Amino acid sequence: MPYVRPSMFAGLTDRSWLWLAAECYAVGLLLGTWSLLRGNRQSGIWINLVIATGYLFQVIGLWLRGRAVGGCPLGNTFEIFQFTAWSAITLYLIVGVTFRLSLLGFFTSCLAAVVTLVSLSIPGWDAARREHIFGGNPWIELHAALALFSYGVFALLALTSFMFLLRHYSLRHKHPGGSFAFLPSILDLDHMSRRLLVIGVTLLTASLAVGAAYWVRDIPSVNVTKLLLTVAVWLAYAVTLGLRLCGILIARRFAWTGVVLFGVALLSLWPVDASRHALPPPAHVVPR
Amino acid sequence: MSAGHFFVLGASHHTAPLAVRERLSLDDGATAALRGELAGIAGLHEFTVLSTCNRVEFYGVAAAPAAAAEVQARFCTRQRFVPAEFEQFRLSLSGFDAVRHLLEVTAGLDSQMLGETEIFGQVKEAYGAAQAHGHTGPVLNRVFQKAFQAAKQVRTDTAISVGQVSVANVAVDLASNIFGDLAPTRILLVGAGEIGEKTARAFQSRGAGTLSVASRRLESAMQLANDLGAFALPFWLVPVKLDEFDIVVCATAAPETVVSLAAAQAAMRKRPTRPLFFIDLALPRDVDAATAKLQNVFLYNLDDLAKIAEENRAARAAEIGKCRALLATRADALWRHIEPRLEATSAKPDASGHRTEIA
Repeated sequence: MPYVRPSMFAGLTDRSWLWLAAECYAVGLLLGTWSLLRGNRQSGIWINLVIATGYLFQVIGLWLRGRAVGGCPLGNTFEIFQFTAWSAITLYLIVGVTFRLSLLGFFTSCLAAVVTLVSLSIPGWDAARREHIFGGNPWIELHAALALFSYGVFALLALTSFMFLLRHYSLRHKHPGGSFAFLPSILDLDHMSRRLLVIGVTLLTASLAVGAAYWVRDIPSVNVTKLLLTVAVWLAYAVTLGLRLCGILIARRFAWTGVVLFGVALLSLWPVDASRHALPPPAHVVPR
Repeated sequence: MSAGHFFVLGASHHTAPLAVRERLSLDDGATAALRGELAGIAGLHEFTVLSTCNRVEFYGVAAAPAAAAEVQARFCTRQRFVPAEFEQFRLSLSGFDAVRHLLEVTAGLDSQMLGETEIFGQVKEAYGAAQAHGHTGPVLNRVFQKAFQAAKQVRTDTAISVGQVSVANVAVDLASNIFGDLAPTRILLVGAGEIGEKTARAFQSRGAGTLSVASRRLESAMQLANDLGAFALPFWLVPVKLDEFDIVVCATAAPETVVSLAAAQAAMRKRPTRPLFFIDLALPRDVDAATAKLQNVFLYNLDDLAKIAEENRAARAAEIGKCRALLATRADALWRHIEPRLEATSAKPDASGHRTEIA
């Protein structure tokens, strides 16, 4: 496919910008780790600046890719992982900075660095992509974008849950000092996780509703594997939310659920993507 | 003409026992009166009086060492202290050593509770008072401003102030780790003893929310509640009302368990999503140890808190070398900057406006 290499943005390709973004996130990770090892409180300004710079590069990279493919870049595993990391960072920049949860920036840059670097390091994930995957239908594009954005929210939920588990461990084992001292409080993390779960489930519900409105008019086009997995993920998160609101799934168990469910949701992207490749047109695969 | 003289003179917990420090201590009125007296000393160009519960120190810039001796004489007269006796407990430093001492005092390195930050405010207050009365000049202004900067750097770049070192403050820190902002929390103090009261006051000083006191003797609870600006709660209501509190500080002399597992379970059924923090300061323990296994319940006993305080103390002590090295570098740079200025002080007017020439 003839990818655009515009003269603007220093003539760099989309992947070059995404590499730059990944490196920024990695710098955020290193900065935070160095600061923690020295036993100092994190400098939120520096971490946020590095994340914001990486985010800017990622926006340019994804925008170039989106312009080249004529839509939201969600045509292969590489793009899906990039978009998920972008969603998590977007939400962090909106919610994380507002609620000022100490160390959340560090953990977000860790996650973004890992996800983006892994996706860039595996050439096979970006070797081919399906064109016109939305069939020119903006509603399907919205459905996909909302679904992946909710995955970004769940990524952030996994991070706050992981931080909760660390804090909980430190308090239960009577070791509140050291690097644990910089973590937010149990209650703050729990409240943030609950909010993120509500946002994530709302977005995924909206995504499924938009998708369903389209599918019911064209049943044969429904990818059963994708549908089943997406509904399973949605159901798992919705049940978790219900149990949390009823006070049944709380504290450590709720946090573990947030971490494990995100791992499962991430893993479910592979069979979803693979099943799409196995499907006949409308889309066709283009080697990169 | 001799060079100017930067000095510190006084006594602290390092040099004087408590009984002596009691005799040397200055209240606000005495400090103000002494300040007025010191302002009249010929050749004393600048000075600051630092008076805390653990130290009385005079920082000064004088034309000659004789002015420092006069400061000592006036102080001893006011406190009815024999100068020869005072000299047994006296701290007296000048030049670079005095600069380094001020930097270490301001950073909390010289404090009884290593790394405490209250001294920073006390030094700032003493300097502010001296400045307001026109008792500071270019040397003290520079030295104190730099001391504040150095103290901030020490706090930022080292772990000297990390973690609390008293049992009560460790308990408050742990509560912050669980609840974050303590303002909306509801605290129940069970027992009207001294350690419980200290812990309750520590919570109040950190902005904790509503406080209730329960004791076997309702009148004791009411009296303490009155002192603390809290509510009194009948003792028998403790297990029943447990769910209404976030933090329960137990410090009774009761030989049996005050908070049973069943009571904690019943409380958590009513508030499953909100954590409950038990601080058991009693011996024998007031809270059934099995409650620690409940979800969203955190239990710390006296040993746990003491161990954390001791770990924090050790961690702070391990930072001393790093702090001293950092402050020595700062003191050295500062001394090189002010030394030439001191040369010029011998011909300047003193703190009272008198011009003094030392031949």
